[in-house]
Amino acid sequence: MLTPTPYLKKTFYQTGDQIAFAARFFREVFRPPYQWREIIFQCYLVGYKSLLLIGITGFIMGLVLTIQTRPSMAAFGAESLIPGMVSVSVIREIGPVITALICSGNIGSRMGAELGSMRVTEQIDAMEVSAVNPYHFLVVKRVLATTLMIPLLVVFADSVGLFGSYVAMNIHSRSTLYHFFSQAMGKIDFGDIFPAFVKTFFFGFAIGIIGCFKGYHVSGGTESVGKAANSAVVSASLAVFVIDMLAVQITDLFNR
Amino acid sequence: MMPETENDIAPAPTDGEVLSPAGQEEPVVEITGVSKSFGEHPVLKNIALQVRKGENLVVLGKSGSGKSVLIKCMVGLETPDEGEIRVFGKNIVDLSYRELNEVRVRVGFLFQSGALYDSMTVRENLSFPLKMHHKSMPYEERDRRIHEMLDNVGLHDAVDQMPSELSGGQQKRIGLARTLILRPELMLYDEPTTGLDTGTSHEISELILKMQRKYKISSILITHDMACAKMTADRIVMLKQGEIVAEGSYEELEKSKDEWIHSFFI
Repeated sequence: MLTPTPYLKKTFYQTGDQIAFAARFFREVFRPPYQWREIIFQCYLVGYKSLLLIGITGFIMGLVLTIQTRPSMAAFGAESLIPGMVSVSVIREIGPVITALICSGNIGSRMGAELGSMRVTEQIDAMEVSAVNPYHFLVVKRVLATTLMIPLLVVFADSVGLFGSYVAMNIHSRSTLYHFFSQAMGKIDFGDIFPAFVKTFFFGFAIGIIGCFKGYHVSGGTESVGKAANSAVVSASLAVFVIDMLAVQITDLFNR
Repeated sequence: MMPETENDIAPAPTDGEVLSPAGQEEPVVEITGVSKSFGEHPVLKNIALQVRKGENLVVLGKSGSGKSVLIKCMVGLETPDEGEIRVFGKNIVDLSYRELNEVRVRVGFLFQSGALYDSMTVRENLSFPLKMHHKSMPYEERDRRIHEMLDNVGLHDAVDQMPSELSGGQQKRIGLARTLILRPELMLYDEPTTGLDTGTSHEISELILKMQRKYKISSILITHDMACAKMTADRIVMLKQGEIVAEGSYEELEKSKDEWIHSFFI
């Protein structure tokens, strides 16, 4: 009979290892040497190199959301509420989650594959035996980069998404950019922006730490590098949804 | 099964007895009673040996005999289940991470693949250990050391190339240069000639010998390449299924009538 015990045991062990790996980040992050140039380079890779992808996704997100909701809103004569509705949806939920999911695929898989390939070609061991802490040099800067850059990418995606919504609004009616953004921002308050922005730091941290964990612990040959990249995407995407669910619950507590 | 030992070949050690050369130099590596298993599979069984200052020890054995695990234990990449590994007098099994790194700085390790950082150029690969361990070293001195090492390995022109643009032999040479740039007192070579053609293997073996003489480094070389062993070994220990079964010079072991030992020299 097939017993779930070995699978559960493996899952618990992996979860424990993952938590220990994440905890190590907080021990290492304040420890010198601070590789500023390396951190900035990683920020460039995570942030700047993802701008086009995030921009296109954000634009389509705002455009489609507006086009899809317009007929229903028009039926109630509430077209003027579309900018406000889209801005709340995009800023509070869709922008952060879609951006984080895109980054899980783009950045999480890259980190998993990069570190996995370094592991199987003994580059991480080479660093270790030359008395350089590979965790500090490879993991800390990558996780810092995702934690700092993904919130900025979300702000960018939100802005482009609202612009996409403005373009969609102008397909059927005429609205000035100023008028559209006045309506959109009029519906947004601090309670919408702050929790949405804070959770993006957690998304960034989760994507970075999961991508690095999967790559750092690769064992075997090149096939396992592919598996690590794939596993990084799946786990990071799942983590994004779990964090989002927790964030919504916590926000809801404060909004009561 | 333990092979029969010839009169002119030192017998394999028993119960943790330490193999050591006849010289009076202080030992840089002392291994006693080291055992290591992966799951149910024993890889090293009660290994004991010594390497003295300036000595070049070759560990010979077939694939899967535990050679690589043995040198990985010496730098803390693997932890033995039992026994002591003293490197420069310190039992590395008991050291903290910081203390272990203090020992590691004095030890060079050349990986089978060269293990060059593939996102860095040759210059960056060589300057990386210097930047990490000699932060205050002026740029000119760092650059001088890089060029000195590249001259040593005969690859001065490759300074701005990426590792992917180099051949297997060139990658090993650059790997050796990167390892030597910190001026280690002990070098560990993990199958340095594997995967190379005969000519390149010979060049790498010559280079190892040249570097050992130039910088007066003790070394442990893991191999199953007899040409490399013949050129570089002061002493050879033979590993069979995780156990040391014979020890002696190349000439002594070559005369062995034991079938298993003899199979290496055919």
